[in-house]
Amino acid sequence: MTPADDFHDSAYDGLLDHHTVADDSQWAFGTEFEDPLAGVDTTVPAGEDPHALAAYCLMIGDDALVNAHRLSEWCSRAPDLEEDIALANIALDLLGQARLLLARAATASPDVVPPLPPGSPVPPEDALAFFRDDAAFRNVRLVEGDNGDFAVTIVRLLLFSTWRLALLERLQSSRDQVLAAVAAKGVKEVTYHRDYAARWFLTLSRGTEESRSRVLAGLDAVWRFHDELFVPTRIEASLADSGVGVDPATVAEEVAGLLDEVFSVSGVDRPDLPQVGAVAGGRGRDGRHTEAFSHLLAEMQSVARAHPSGRW
Amino acid sequence: MREVRALAASVTDPEMPMLTLEDLGVLRSVSVEDDGLVVVTITPTYSGCPAMATMRDDLVHRLADHGLRAVVRVSLAPAWSSDWITPRGRQLLAQHGISAPLAVPPRSGPVPIALRPLPRDLTCPRCGSDGVVLASEFGPTACRAMYGCTDCLESFEHVKEI
Repeated sequence: MTPADDFHDSAYDGLLDHHTVADDSQWAFGTEFEDPLAGVDTTVPAGEDPHALAAYCLMIGDDALVNAHRLSEWCSRAPDLEEDIALANIALDLLGQARLLLARAATASPDVVPPLPPGSPVPPEDALAFFRDDAAFRNVRLVEGDNGDFAVTIVRLLLFSTWRLALLERLQSSRDQVLAAVAAKGVKEVTYHRDYAARWFLTLSRGTEESRSRVLAGLDAVWRFHDELFVPTRIEASLADSGVGVDPATVAEEVAGLLDEVFSVSGVDRPDLPQVGAVAGGRGRDGRHTEAFSHLLAEMQSVARAHPSGRW
Repeated sequence: MREVRALAASVTDPEMPMLTLEDLGVLRSVSVEDDGLVVVTITPTYSGCPAMATMRDDLVHRLADHGLRAVVRVSLAPAWSSDWITPRGRQLLAQHGISAPLAVPPRSGPVPIALRPLPRDLTCPRCGSDGVVLASEFGPTACRAMYGCTDCLESFEHVKEI
């Protein structure tokens, strides 16, 4: 036995004996992690800056990751079983998109991945999710806040999925084939998310006085992060020029039209509320985040950070 | 070669074990390299499908049981569509009380918002009644919606069109 084999000293040791078991893939902590991009051509498109491509993948990957985490907080707490399952499904779709996009970032430019102890089994996309500090995250601030009540979550999901679907639809023609493929699959998924949020927005707005007041309060809580969604960073503008990314400013009109459609049938006026501004010259995409985000990361990352070698 | 493909095609889906990976349309290709290595390519049904790792392991194990070394690769494009579920797969789903997906409607241009559930022309897989009501577009796995039957009062799952 090597010292490494000796690490687990419990009554279940025999189950982990590599001499008698063909492999350990049946264990949740099996040492062979699956590479979500195994066999996928991850060549960076000709003439493209790998660092810029990686940063862009982190942007749209982190949007999905952080929103997935917030949505997963509803697990076992949603108003009824159907909504519990629906929100968990939506979170899972977004987590899947995030995993592919973070893995894509790591293949484009491995230096974005935080260093881990030698021999750590943590795959690159997990290292990016669990071992980056808040300032290295590139998500928009819309996805960071506490869930609030169900109406707040629905309002945020409506805004987020309408915006994300518009981005993904355009990203399907990216010159980067991984981004194009993730976007093509994401379009199908986020279509279901947006319809779900839009139907609940309508139902709650046209429901009781109470449900309507919750929707309006949800808009008050969420809308201040609206404008930031359409402010391009230098990286997004440059990748849009080279046909790899999407300039979010170009989807503003379409998103406004779609939201107006939902507001109109719901009998809700489009909000006209003050917007969060830049902090020290930057926004979410630049690594400037809200206080709520630090709390979210602390919870999301604590287990992984306590066990960077994947052992406990 | 045909035997190797048939072997890979016989591996079943971990979530819907009445279907093989071929029935489900996730098995994209099987090839054998010069050194005998079998290369199997599969595609995820949904981005977050947690069954991908199990599918990969089951493929490797099934082929290893027949003395074959195999690697499993992922294909992301074209994205999986429920249209790829084979006629045999649809029949098997129905036999097991799961409603098979309808044809994915063709689409061009921006995706419109559907403020009402798109009506699906379904019948209850248990009693055949067309009195079915959508309970949720989201079910026990990413690929399934939940319906209820107003005649036999049972609920059933429907594989979503994507």
